[in-house]
Amino acid sequence: MNCAECEALLHALIDGELDAGHARDVEAHAAICSGCAEKLSAFRAMHAAMAAADLKQAAPAQLRRRIESALPLPAPETSAQIIAPRKFLQPSRRSFFGGFAVGTAVAGAVAASLVVTVFRTDQEQTIADEVVSAHIRSLQPGHLMDVETSDQHTVKPWFDGKVDVAPPVIDLTAEGFTLIGGRLDYIDGEPVAAVVYKRRKHVINLFVAQRLGAAHANVTGRTVQGYNVRHWSAGGLDFWAVSDLDPAELNEFIQKISAALPGGGPA
Amino acid sequence: MLDRLHSHAPRVLWAERDTMTGDANAEQDKARRFRDAALPHLDDAFALARYLMRNAADAEDAVQECYLRALRHFDSYRGPAMKPWLLAILRNVCNAEFARRGRQETSADPAEDESAPEQTPMWQEPSTSPEAALLRRHDDATIRGLVAALPRPFREAIVLREVNDLSYQEIAEVAGVPVGTVMSRLARARAMLRSAWNIAEGSTP
Repeated sequence: MNCAECEALLHALIDGELDAGHARDVEAHAAICSGCAEKLSAFRAMHAAMAAADLKQAAPAQLRRRIESALPLPAPETSAQIIAPRKFLQPSRRSFFGGFAVGTAVAGAVAASLVVTVFRTDQEQTIADEVVSAHIRSLQPGHLMDVETSDQHTVKPWFDGKVDVAPPVIDLTAEGFTLIGGRLDYIDGEPVAAVVYKRRKHVINLFVAQRLGAAHANVTGRTVQGYNVRHWSAGGLDFWAVSDLDPAELNEFIQKISAALPGGGPA
Repeated sequence: MLDRLHSHAPRVLWAERDTMTGDANAEQDKARRFRDAALPHLDDAFALARYLMRNAADAEDAVQECYLRALRHFDSYRGPAMKPWLLAILRNVCNAEFARRGRQETSADPAEDESAPEQTPMWQEPSTSPEAALLRRHDDATIRGLVAALPRPFREAIVLREVNDLSYQEIAEVAGVPVGTVMSRLARARAMLRSAWNIAEGSTP
């Protein structure tokens, strides 16, 4: 590969658009060409800085209202019955779904008000440390996913025979949490299903196992090494969600997952 | 409940009832599906509109028009990705507005583009010293200003990539150009951005 070819492809490498073969070629060229190496690292740094910056200003509330009022009204009861989550949401159901377009703002507020009790036992703490380690491991290049797809019907059968549970794999793309794949992980010495989601640039690992920590229907949570960890039990399964997402958004994620679970969400 | 009504209705009425209630239900169902699918992308749409129109009031108008058009064409929407579909409509709305104004881009809100380095030379070659690889740190407003100062096609490409988080293929669909063009626009955009980036002063302490 020469410099011209490298320059043509290095942005695709940064943007994760290159196949493994070309990616290797670009890296190999950069390893022997200081000019291209310098460009690659500078553009990488710029890309990372832009990803970390808040370049998107939220749409103003009045714009949301304008669009909402311009759209034909839905049958409020129908939509509420279909997607209304579990009972802890019900007091705000009217504002949430009746005033539909208030949308994410309200969802955020509701999520922020979700009560998260602190972990109680040492065992919980141990597992919390382990899931965070597993999360960090998963962020290393090439470790995030064993099966890479946004199709829940591909992810779910993939776990067959690898773990002793059939983890619910729920597609929340429309809700802003993109399903990107699944992975087999080990927590507490046991194989555990990890379902991987993404919110913008933030990875969420959802670990699912039959028994992982003390069963409690309430969501418990804490922060370990800067990562937010949430644990709850539902439908005979234990769920651990780990992410560097902010707490309100992670709680929102848990509510969406819970609402879609056949066995119901946390009480 | 409707089913029960039907079971007591004379057979000949069924079809009529079905089309009547069916139309109303279909409209409501469509509106609900549209809200569920389109409104989660409102922030993305507004962000793109802000960078394309360069001021908040025009951006709001464009986004509202985009959502109304999207609802009208929702029947022809064949997924899977709602975001690029919406943003493509939004881009058309913005282009139509520019055409109406005689291809004049509106001036940026002075207050909102406080740090846009309009006067800084954009084409200064970045120095090739080792330190150049160490990127200067900028606050979010400065970076927004740098992006806002890019010429239109490059600004559009970089915003769709870095702000809206679209893939190359999706950007190509939104901008109506081949993927190769997307790649060269992104390369140009980043080269310009890098020059301006290294020159721009971190504005806020």
